[in-house]
Amino acid sequence: MTKGATLKRLPVAIAGLAIMAASAVTAETVAPDSVPIEDMELKVSLTGTPGDATVGRETFADRKKGNCLACHANEDLKDQLFHGEVGPELNGVADRWTEEQLRAIVVNSKAVFGDQSIMPGFYTMKVGVNVAEKHQGKTILSAQDVEDVVAYLMTLKEN
Amino acid sequence: MAKVVKHVAVLFAGVMLGGSTAAFAGGPSDDKLVIDDEIEIITRTAAPEGHPLDEVISGWHYRTEETRALEADSFQNPGMLYVERGEEIWNTVDGAAGKSCASCHGDDGEFLKGLGANYPKWDEANNRPINIELQINACREANMEAKPYKFDAADQKALTTYIKHQSLGMPVEVDLTQGEMKSWWDKGEELYYTRTGQLNLSCATCHEDYNGNYIRADHLSQGNVNGFPTYRLKQSSMVSLHNRFRGCIRDTRAEFPAAFSDDLMALEVYVTWRGSGLSVETPAVRQ
Repeated sequence: MTKGATLKRLPVAIAGLAIMAASAVTAETVAPDSVPIEDMELKVSLTGTPGDATVGRETFADRKKGNCLACHANEDLKDQLFHGEVGPELNGVADRWTEEQLRAIVVNSKAVFGDQSIMPGFYTMKVGVNVAEKHQGKTILSAQDVEDVVAYLMTLKEN
Repeated sequence: MAKVVKHVAVLFAGVMLGGSTAAFAGGPSDDKLVIDDEIEIITRTAAPEGHPLDEVISGWHYRTEETRALEADSFQNPGMLYVERGEEIWNTVDGAAGKSCASCHGDDGEFLKGLGANYPKWDEANNRPINIELQINACREANMEAKPYKFDAADQKALTTYIKHQSLGMPVEVDLTQGEMKSWWDKGEELYYTRTGQLNLSCATCHEDYNGNYIRADHLSQGNVNGFPTYRLKQSSMVSLHNRFRGCIRDTRAEFPAAFSDDLMALEVYVTWRGSGLSVETPAVRQ
């Protein structure tokens, strides 16, 4: 009980730290849904460790992780077949969105686009009913996975 | 009007060939399904009253040219082997009563003509809807004194395919006025719009909101069930409706209900109704 309460307060503290000295933050991982998405933005790094765009590119393409190509076309990965078209193309996505906005969209797109969005939330516990046992209590991506994917998305510039 | 639409489609095709590397088909194909140049299949029709979409479209339109051709030629359709096997079962005695299906229902196909187009039906005895698989099992137990088939047993799939095939080309129509069919329809509708699993998707998310679009290599259809049991190239096998329901739900990373459970029977009632007016295509061929 007390542990839960402490965890809930922690992210607020981390948020404060992050604003003061983002690069110096090495504190604990932000728990899913503990920092609200506001005005389409999630300003706090989920881990305090900068994302690795090279790793993020792999996580993005990995069918068991991001599987982002299922719905989004992305020229940067044109060597991979069959890009989906359910979501918008991601070419130049960093020209259209900020890092804080992209983090919010990856974490829980429904908090940005509304409940009708088809896009799964990759770091939220607000999920559908009857979650399969092996996925219960887990997010699709880890906090660092999200930071890596966001770092990769920030490299997708056309301008 | 139709001509204009066709010209536009050709223009689009030209643009796509000249343009990007992506090969999106963009919506259902503009094609007609006539099996063996003889049996006209209704693959597009006006939606029934209360349906969220204007037009009901068979999954056939969302498949590749090659896959569509397989279904149009019964010599090439791999599902026809299951129809033949099903006919054998229909005529083979099984169980302590020494009867085959044909012993009571005949072997000329007359009894079965149109029957498969009107399932699921209301089952008074069990106070719930009944589909063809369950009807076969009920008959086996009560009249043949044979063991009921286990879910997805090869013979269950073959016999169901044979029975449905006897209604090939006839429009699907579910009678919601029987018994409590309407309340099962309501339950099915609720389930259709309920998001499941870690991926948080409902049937409607993909098949109502995004049909005609690609998810990876899969061209999303309206999810109509008029072709079930369906031959799926991916599995090189006949796939039953409840197997497909379970596969779709599993793909949302959810636990899936048991075959013939109340949830899946309700979903069968509702989803079958969504395809009202489409011809029975069994055995359809899909990706």
